[in-house]
Amino acid sequence: MDKEVVVEFRNISKHFKGVYANKNINISLYKGEILSILGENGSGKTTLMNMLSGIYQPEEGEIFIRGEKASIHSPRDAISYGIGMVHQHFKLVDVFTATENIILGIEDKKAFKNAYDKVNEIAQKYGFEIDLKKKIHNMSVSEKQTVEIIKVLYRNASILILDEPTAVLTPQEANKLFSIIKKMREDGKSIILITHKLAEVMSVSDRVAILRKGEYITTLNTKETNERELTEYMVGKKVDLKLERLKIQASPPVLEIRDLQVKKDDGTRAIDGLNFYLRGGQILGVAGIAGSGQKELCESIVGLRHYNGYITHKGINIKGFSAEKIKELGIRMSFIPEDRLGLGLAPDLSITDNLLLKTYNLKKGIFVDRDSARKEAKELIERYGVVTPSTETPVKNLSGGNIQKILVGREIGSNPNVIITAYPVRGLDINSSYMIYDILNEEKAKNTAILFIGEDLDVLLTFCDKIMVLCEGKCMGIVHTKNTTKEEIGLMMTGAKNYLELEPEKKTGFAPDSLLSEEDWNNLEREGSKNDK
Amino acid sequence: MIGSLIVAAISMGIVYLFGCIGETIIEKGGNLNLGIPGIMCLGALGGAVGVNVYFKIFGTEKQVIVVLILLVTILFAFLFAALGGMIYAFLTVSLHANQNVTGLTLTTFGVGLMKFFGSNMNHDNFTTASNAIKKLFTFYEKLGWFGENFLSYGFLVYLAFILAILTGVFIKYTRTGLFLRAVGESPKTADAQGINVTAYKYLAILIGSGIAGLGGLYYVMDRSGGTTFVEASIEAFGWLSVALVIFSMWKPWVGILGSILFGGLYVLPQYLHISNIQIKLFDLLPYVVTVVILIITSVLDAKNSQPPASLGVNYYREDR
Repeated sequence: MDKEVVVEFRNISKHFKGVYANKNINISLYKGEILSILGENGSGKTTLMNMLSGIYQPEEGEIFIRGEKASIHSPRDAISYGIGMVHQHFKLVDVFTATENIILGIEDKKAFKNAYDKVNEIAQKYGFEIDLKKKIHNMSVSEKQTVEIIKVLYRNASILILDEPTAVLTPQEANKLFSIIKKMREDGKSIILITHKLAEVMSVSDRVAILRKGEYITTLNTKETNERELTEYMVGKKVDLKLERLKIQASPPVLEIRDLQVKKDDGTRAIDGLNFYLRGGQILGVAGIAGSGQKELCESIVGLRHYNGYITHKGINIKGFSAEKIKELGIRMSFIPEDRLGLGLAPDLSITDNLLLKTYNLKKGIFVDRDSARKEAKELIERYGVVTPSTETPVKNLSGGNIQKILVGREIGSNPNVIITAYPVRGLDINSSYMIYDILNEEKAKNTAILFIGEDLDVLLTFCDKIMVLCEGKCMGIVHTKNTTKEEIGLMMTGAKNYLELEPEKKTGFAPDSLLSEEDWNNLEREGSKNDK
Repeated sequence: MIGSLIVAAISMGIVYLFGCIGETIIEKGGNLNLGIPGIMCLGALGGAVGVNVYFKIFGTEKQVIVVLILLVTILFAFLFAALGGMIYAFLTVSLHANQNVTGLTLTTFGVGLMKFFGSNMNHDNFTTASNAIKKLFTFYEKLGWFGENFLSYGFLVYLAFILAILTGVFIKYTRTGLFLRAVGESPKTADAQGINVTAYKYLAILIGSGIAGLGGLYYVMDRSGGTTFVEASIEAFGWLSVALVIFSMWKPWVGILGSILFGGLYVLPQYLHISNIQIKLFDLLPYVVTVVILIITSVLDAKNSQPPASLGVNYYREDR
């Protein structure tokens, strides 16, 4: 007997500014199944789902729901069809409580009054732990996600879409989420799971549909396929991409950081007493739940944020030095930030002009030397295979991968001895991602010290030499990647395991071959306290 | 003297209070309407048209029927101002035009419109109309200080207080108020939850503008006794209303107190025997107070005294 089809996409097409985001998509969703939609970043997964949830309108094709042609012109229509979507970028009102967010848009007066009881009922049924009176801005990422899911369930959605739900969760939280999703399946709900993580596809879904560059490739039964086959469908050719940890002899510490204290923009503590060091030819990964102080850590090292404590570069305390001064001292530090178009590049300026931003003050005279910068831009475009109409195209018109190549190219071009990078492959397709990893490995081979803030634990574990785990701005330990597991890192991320407390005698984060003697450090401390006064 | 200062402060502050209530409703829906000064001018113009319409229908001989003249002037002031709001709403909500630019041009437009049509208008009956509008309880003088302090005002003053309280209740406690705040905080969230963002924004702008327009009506027909109209500096009062929204931290109840403070600073020089130049110094005090409040709230970073998160940002569903 065939299963009932609840959603069917027929020849759906949609394009943005002349580029197809979706082209002739045909996918069916059965009742009571978990269907993964697998594809790289930019393959059109989210666009397709936004059409089902009424955010976008398809330009061609039709959507059938429970056998009937559906007309979904707004999120309201989608809700009435029983469709609920948990967006990757949460749609929550920060200053409202969980309950207020959940009942948003419910017109029925009675339902509005009994909201609290009903929300509680749902929470108990699926085993959510949530304080319903807590405001969203006081919540952790996983709590926010719980609110999003309850919001959808509250409306009795029978078709649930989860867009990259595990991107921000620890492995433990992700497992919990998956058991909840499976419980929903038992209740007869149909679930679409958008993801680009193969392991997730294999472990939770019944079937998997694959998109590549906006086009529908195929749908497979999960049991009858494997990760290798899926990758090939996803990337489009036989790929042999291997992430590897380069084994080279690390040099003495380049950057030593002790007792670092940094505040967030709102004055609360971001980094609380951090000790660590970076060696040349070594990649130190940083793992942690989003917002555990990663951004503030990067910004204080490169001199963009005020901090207390000591950052020494080859034995010189660089506290209080601006990015400018750091450059003057011949410290060649490169920063590849998470916010490419905000901190990294000026979006409206051309590639050439963006390259000039790094070197404008090296030349004498009042006019900028655009010709040599243009030559540089050409070299960069050629070397990294940047797809762009010209060197004078504003960078904001380029795709994420190409923007990142320009940023990385510019930063590497200055021949750094320290690279600070946060989520360098976020939003990139597989090929671009591996290009970035290769570049970082090349730099490592040149004896550069690299701090790599990452989110994908699998990548961190295979790519880095050591991993420092942050939890609410505190270090939970620095572990060698060959001696640890994903589960252990997950426990450290939530603070359940703290090596600093387990092994206090090890003095985690203090380089045994520090360039400064303990006496020097004490002197720094005395000077520091004098300067503070 | 203190008593009469407070009475004067309240009677001046009401101009700001109407503007503040209106702008608060609009801003809670996520739109920063800098056209408020112009909209208040349109309200004043509407009120003047209303007066002329009233006397056209009922004639100038008979005694003025207070209820009717209030009804007609309020209706016209509200409609004229709401029409200004309609222009703003269409440009910013439907056409996604820049809110600041639209608002500022609307102010210029409203002031010009009032001056042009207002100058060519019959002003003869304004004082008569004003005498009917500016006193609600004719018996207040018999009640001593109580009557003087609490009952000596026109209907519009009481209306402003009631509207401020009701708006506060609406925003904080009602379902529709919650949805409106959601639209102002995060329109994409509201939209995904099935709230009609466009409808909420339009209604907030139309109703808010209408209420703000009453401030113009009040100034001309009540506060100034129908004697100043086109030469009145309603535009300046409009800017103070916008400042009052910030001062009140988007809370109409606080707006009541703020309006009395702002009104008090406006009338205080008359009680101090000082020169004209020093009076100008007093004129800027409300802005100083507002800046101080801004500094305090931003230092404290109190989450519930911040502007709506999406204030001034247009919403377009298919934005990527």
